[in-house]
Amino acid sequence: MSASLAVQQISKSFRGLQALADVSFEIQPSTITALIGPNGAGKTTLFNIIAGAQTPDCGAIVLDGCRIDGLRPDQICRLGIARTFQMVKPFAGLTVLDNVVIGALSCCSRVKEARQRADAILDMVGLGPKRSRASALLTLPDRKLLELARALATRPKLLLLDEVLGGLRPTECDRLVLIEHVMRVVMALARTVIVLHHGEVIAQGTPANIVREQAVLDCYLGEPLSV
Amino acid sequence: MKRRAILLVVGVFGLLLTLPLWASPYTVSLATLFLFFAYAGQAWNIMMGFAGLLSLGHALYLGVGAYTVAALYDHFSIGPWLGLWVALALCGLLAAAIAALAFRYRVAGVYFALLTIACAEFARIGFDHFTWVGGSGGLFLKVVEPGRMDLLNLRGPPAMFYYLILFLAGAALLLTALLLRSRAGYYWQAIRESEEAAAALGVNSFRWKMLAVMISAAMTALAGMFSAFYYSNLFPEQLFHISRSIEIILGPIIGGVGTLFGPIIGAALLTVLADGATEFVAAVGWDVPGVKQLVYGIVLFAIVGFLPEGIWPALARKLKLFQ
Amino acid sequence: MPFDFPTLLNVLISGLMTGLVYGLMALGLSVIFGVARVVNFAHGEMMALAMYAAALLFSRFRVNPLLAVLPLGAAFFCFGYGLQRLVLRPFVIRPQHSQFLLLLALAVVITSTLLIVFGPDARAVNLDGLLEPVVIGELLLDQAKLYAAVVACAVAAALFAFFRLTYTGTAIRACADNWLGAQIVGLDVDRLYAIAFGIGASCVGVAGCMMILLVDVTPGSGPAYTLLAFVIVIVGGLGSMSGALVGGVLIGISEAFGGLFIAPSAKSMISFALMVIVLIFRPRGLIADKS
Repeated sequence: MSASLAVQQISKSFRGLQALADVSFEIQPSTITALIGPNGAGKTTLFNIIAGAQTPDCGAIVLDGCRIDGLRPDQICRLGIARTFQMVKPFAGLTVLDNVVIGALSCCSRVKEARQRADAILDMVGLGPKRSRASALLTLPDRKLLELARALATRPKLLLLDEVLGGLRPTECDRLVLIEHVMRVVMALARTVIVLHHGEVIAQGTPANIVREQAVLDCYLGEPLSV
Repeated sequence: MKRRAILLVVGVFGLLLTLPLWASPYTVSLATLFLFFAYAGQAWNIMMGFAGLLSLGHALYLGVGAYTVAALYDHFSIGPWLGLWVALALCGLLAAAIAALAFRYRVAGVYFALLTIACAEFARIGFDHFTWVGGSGGLFLKVVEPGRMDLLNLRGPPAMFYYLILFLAGAALLLTALLLRSRAGYYWQAIRESEEAAAALGVNSFRWKMLAVMISAAMTALAGMFSAFYYSNLFPEQLFHISRSIEIILGPIIGGVGTLFGPIIGAALLTVLADGATEFVAAVGWDVPGVKQLVYGIVLFAIVGFLPEGIWPALARKLKLFQ
Repeated sequence: MPFDFPTLLNVLISGLMTGLVYGLMALGLSVIFGVARVVNFAHGEMMALAMYAAALLFSRFRVNPLLAVLPLGAAFFCFGYGLQRLVLRPFVIRPQHSQFLLLLALAVVITSTLLIVFGPDARAVNLDGLLEPVVIGELLLDQAKLYAAVVACAVAAALFAFFRLTYTGTAIRACADNWLGAQIVGLDVDRLYAIAFGIGASCVGVAGCMMILLVDVTPGSGPAYTLLAFVIVIVGGLGSMSGALVGGVLIGISEAFGGLFIAPSAKSMISFALMVIVLIFRPRGLIADKS
């Protein structure tokens, strides 16, 4: 699996408000990339566009050399991109196990196989003991974990995690793209950091370099007051 | 499924199997009605409970199914079991067309319901003028001497129809149970809970919703065929009328939409209540039409108001059928 | 079939007048749906109820339906107010189809009660004084339709004035626009919703009085009127009062011409076809499910 994702000059505006402007970057295989930026910077919009939930006004998304912008979310999932939602969306009426089975069905042809895969994934993320519980009864951290498990079950080549706090071990997939405000986690896990602000990429690089860039400091800490 | 539940189902089925041997003809006809609505309700349940589409015009498929088979039988002497395939295909395609239009143009929820009503009404008025199948005067099927049973042509005594609908209702239950545990069942429930999340997990919601719609319509077409041959007459005013659509949905709503046994429990309750009310009113001396519908309305009101999930979920919990 | 101008004009005017009564009925639904966000599936049954009530007042107490609009309008206002306040209020938070089904149940109850009380035969009101048509040049105007149309216009005008000029009316419109904002500003939303429903119901009450002069009623008349009301409201624009009237007139005219050119019994097919077309091709913003 030596594939890559290229985001090329993506722009998106909603009724005059420019959410993303000419965003370009590349994700290298077998890496964790963090996408950070203040609230409203356009992170979730970008995720939505990559995952197919929204279409860009212009630009292209290229996965393994094929353009995927404009495809439906379910098609993009089958091509290998999985995502979680910032506002978790469990299938409330189903059990924890059944939630993950839905994910597993996208890569398993038989229901029995899918259940086995789901069991394994749940054990891996630590939700095993709760597999028969109604997902509506889970606590929020467990729901986030469920969201992750579901996405992992689809056997993705690329996993987009939207505001998932806590430890992540990317044993199941090659690359991760995070939206993460927790700088500590970012620094510890990410190889590359991309900073979004007002819909534009204002910095890219290793965590160590990013924190020294003036533009990044300005956007997070605000510009210095002139007294 | 838990053992208790299976035992209960088998027990009830066994009881129903022997019914014509010990019950009065009136009871048999009542049971036939109950099983008919259990079957039709199960069919509707697939579209609403699993695909989440509120159809208030299911009478459309009842009528089209009935008329297709009846017309082929009456005009071309094509046996009903052959004509059925045409009816299934026709209704499946019709439902697919309506649903595709609705999905494409984002007609959902209440507006979809209105669309289905309009389609059924359109058919009702249309068939009123469709003279080849009798128009508003109705279509009548040749009745044969009583006692002679001809399953192939669906002519025979009431008991034959009873067993037929019993078999159909049982098959529908089995089919629904199997579907629920299959990929289709999982996907339908996922779509119903959160279409967005389902899409992100690779579910093509359009395709699966269409499947639910077509299965639901085809099953209802079969009910139409049964109705046509059981009563031996068809009238657009009756078959396509909105009252039929409402009768079909009553069972599942009262019993529990989206559940396996809901439509059956609901249909049973309604049959018992409605008949009980009619008997009571007749005993008091009031032979008035409309009592049955009043009972339907009140029960529906009560259930939607106080037990929106339907009777079955609460009942199942009480009986501890599922942990 | 004579296609000369006077005939066509007569058909047009006749359709227009009937359409105004339809429009008043649909106006009621527009207010109910536009403000209280209730999908009133019992709207047609309420109309049938109103028609029966007017017929009863006429047969028992010799009350001219044109005069009965006042007591019936008031009675229906109370009915609508009570229904919203006591029965429908808890349903605001429930999924929309749940509320829809409750009203469906109400519709079934009303229809079956009418059947039990009045029997299946049709009822009508025939005022002897209205048999002669009013003649204006080439036009032959049916008196009953003329009076009905005038009353419908008067009531609609009064409603417009109410919603534009009075405090309560403005408050109701505010509620419709922004439920949460209205509460924050201190408006008693429950009461306003109930008033809106009451107004909508009284529109139906008045329309029923008018309608019974034009056609007869059976217990099963309800669903057709419900559908008609929805067709008009959807075609004319959801929540738009003037749209309801315009839509009503449109439907009335198309039905009249449909009755002339195609078989009279097929005229409602045109309305349904119109609704289906509008449901499908209307801009998404108006159709998108608000829940």
